[in-house]
Amino acid sequence: MTNGIETNEPLLRVSDLTVEFPTEDGVVHAVRDLSFELKPGEVLGVVGESGSGKSVSSMAILGLLPKTARVAGSIAYRGEELTGLSYNEMRKYRGNAISMIFQDPMTSLNPVFTVGHQLAEAYLEHHKVSKKAAWAKAVEALEQVGIPQPDRRAKQFPHEFSGGMRQRVVIAMAIINDPDVIIADEPTTALDVTVQAQILETLLRIRDETSAAIIMITHDLGVVAGMVDKVQVMYAGTVVEAGTVDEVFDLPRMPYTVGLLGSNPDPSLIGERLTPISGAPPSLVNLPSGCAFSPRCPLVAPVCHESEPELYEAGGAVSHLTRCHRWNDLAGYENPKKLFAHKEIGAEEPLAALLIDNPEAVVEEHLADSGDTEKEAAS
Amino acid sequence: MSTGTETRPAAGGADTTGTPLLQVNDLFKSFPVRGGGIIPRTVGHVQAVHGVSFDLAAGETLGLVGESGSGKSTTGRAILQLHKPTSGSVKFEGKELTTMRGRDLQQIRRDMQIVFQDPYASLDPRWQVNDIIAEPLRIHRYGTTEKIQARINELLQIVGLNPEHRNRYAHEFSGGQRQRIGIARALALNPKFVVLDEPVSALDVSVQAGVVNLLEELQHELGLAYLFVAHDLSVVRHLSHRVAVMYLGSLVEVGPRELIYSKPMHPYTQALLSAVPVPDPKRERERQRNRIVLTGDIPSPVNPPSGCRFRTRCWKAQEICATEAPELKKRGDSELLSACHFAEEMPVA
Ligand SMILES: Nc1ncnc2c1ncn2[C@@H]1O[C@H](COP(=O)(O)OP(=O)(O)OP(=O)(O)O)[C@@H](O)[C@H]1O
Ligand SMILES: Nc1ncnc2c1ncn2[C@@H]1O[C@H](COP(=O)(O)OP(=O)(O)OP(=O)(O)O)[C@@H](O)[C@H]1O
Ligand code: SF4
Ligand code: SF4
Ligand SMILES: [Mg+2]
Ligand SMILES: [Mg+2]
Repeated sequence: MTNGIETNEPLLRVSDLTVEFPTEDGVVHAVRDLSFELKPGEVLGVVGESGSGKSVSSMAILGLLPKTARVAGSIAYRGEELTGLSYNEMRKYRGNAISMIFQDPMTSLNPVFTVGHQLAEAYLEHHKVSKKAAWAKAVEALEQVGIPQPDRRAKQFPHEFSGGMRQRVVIAMAIINDPDVIIADEPTTALDVTVQAQILETLLRIRDETSAAIIMITHDLGVVAGMVDKVQVMYAGTVVEAGTVDEVFDLPRMPYTVGLLGSNPDPSLIGERLTPISGAPPSLVNLPSGCAFSPRCPLVAPVCHESEPELYEAGGAVSHLTRCHRWNDLAGYENPKKLFAHKEIGAEEPLAALLIDNPEAVVEEHLADSGDTEKEAAS
Repeated sequence: MSTGTETRPAAGGADTTGTPLLQVNDLFKSFPVRGGGIIPRTVGHVQAVHGVSFDLAAGETLGLVGESGSGKSTTGRAILQLHKPTSGSVKFEGKELTTMRGRDLQQIRRDMQIVFQDPYASLDPRWQVNDIIAEPLRIHRYGTTEKIQARINELLQIVGLNPEHRNRYAHEFSGGQRQRIGIARALALNPKFVVLDEPVSALDVSVQAGVVNLLEELQHELGLAYLFVAHDLSVVRHLSHRVAVMYLGSLVEVGPRELIYSKPMHPYTQALLSAVPVPDPKRERERQRNRIVLTGDIPSPVNPPSGCRFRTRCWKAQEICATEAPELKKRGDSELLSACHFAEEMPVA
């Protein structure tokens, strides 16, 4: 689906996307107010804690959510609105305009048909060609993802492939109709690092060859660092920080991102304690009032309980988006990761000592407040 | 925790009294593979563990890394005699375990525990925390009900859980908390040695860090020795004194952590380290340019390649690699033990 389009027009524009699931325990707010854009050839990384809405938002884009889901907001593909389309109406787009690679290859492959047959069927879904031509296309797709002897392999069944090879087949399936957007949901999480390296290389090569845009959902910050242009950090169903990967990793302006980066074991931290984020992710049925991260945030202040911050551009040294009332105070810490270490071990040194540029009033407020959350966490 | 690990002999394990806590020698474990058909027949063997040897000192952590199916878990289980080894020797405090039976084995099991990967699968969700931790205490007749209760409270405190939550069910806890319950249970009988089989792999990074800190603290305070099984090389680096790299059932390289990570000698260790993505955009892009991308997958352990088991994916393979299995020994000037005919230092950024 590559009809003429200016390369700067977004392929995909998601605005204020909200997904709710009514359940016996109440309404699960799985995705809240999610907005982003994707341009051709762009690679967007999506990271965040388990349950933060990464998969549900991609399922919403592909129209794969269960009927019980309540979807609001807009998903525009080249200006065409996708929300509200039925499962069948979405067929026109699925695989052809937007395709998906799941973590477990067996969710996309049928064990009783040959790999070539399944690829050919996927091609025939969107192309009026002969069976023979579709088979040839299947073999070509296998070759494109780096499977040796593709004509022989096409005649084999999924169980005759290793885990890494199976994931390549799934990628072949995802690209066979030349989609504009590929959503990869943890595509290498089940694979070994040496195989992961092969798969990521394949994905990037396909991006270069076809200028497809890629949405890369992963929990591996290393994968994000190496392959994406922009990154979007999710927490409690919404984006809490977004921007270029260099800026977000170097100068995070939202405490959750700081915590996430700090909990990764880094060779420079050997012999030191890691800095976990204390507490547990919030219930999506009963979200905390104000900022969703406030119960776990070392910088929490009274304003954080009053209102949930908007996602807006931080100023100063950075130009990316943050959802935090106190991004400016955070920017004042020379080593913000220490905020989390501090919170875990208990107040030995005043937080103000970590500040280089000192907004006194806020720190005092905060110290009183942090004492409370400390007690809450312990009770 | 001890930092002077670099001075330990590379073969590792000797404590001040001379005898290592654990000595594993030429350990083999194979599983029969049954064919289809009406009468199941053994059609071959999976050589899951193939001639593994290493020592472990009291208070030491040996990290065991390698790809899926390389035999890490089987090694851990064979050491604990949860799988009877096919051959080889496992000595704990000088006592041979492979020939030990019945009460003797049960007695010694107090000192050797295991923590599993999946906190969801390894704990019965319908059990209260109390019962989960009490079970090993009851089996080993720890003492009166009061004594057991006191021990449970103590253990919950040690692993950072609130003893008031004793009566809650496992399903009411988060992943990180469940892994803490699993650790409390493993510690119940004051073991000296714990096999940690991917203890943090199922957890979110932000939760992982707390459990890693806990494991480190416990080792420091209780003098535990760990066999830390994991496929995440950065967690292994953080926690281990020495590291053993496993490929298709065999150890290909063993040695002090810093040497393994900075100057690996074996091509597989080099490829493995080069493939790990680091969470730093500038460095990672640089690394990507110099990445060693292996071709192909790990071969089937039913029909492993002759000679060096890594040769089907090795870019340095020569004829001798197909005919002669390389011994795990010191090569060149390195302190590392490497199983490669052409072992050669290569810095990995
Ligand atoms: N059909 C459903 N009914 C009710 N709740 C659901 C449904 N599907 C998903 N959820 C909830 O929506 C939230 C977001 O889930 P999602 O799968 O998007 O998380 P994720 O960020 O992909 O997490 P992970 O990293 O674990 O894959 C979770 O709390 C999940 O339990
Ligand atoms: N009970 C068993 N019966 C038959 N084969 C087994 C059994 N347990 C393990 N294996 C096989 O032995 C080999 C080694 O498995 P093992 O579980 O030890 O690997 P591992 O290194 O722990 O892998 P992972 O990282 O996936 O946990 C694999 O090929 C596996 O299929
Ligand atoms: S808004 Fe307040 S609670 Fe939320 S992340 Fe920012 S400082 Fe923390
Ligand atoms: S022995 Fe040969 S095949 Fe094996 S790792 Fe060394 S060079 Fe490669
Ligand atoms: Mg998901
Ligand atoms: Mg295992």
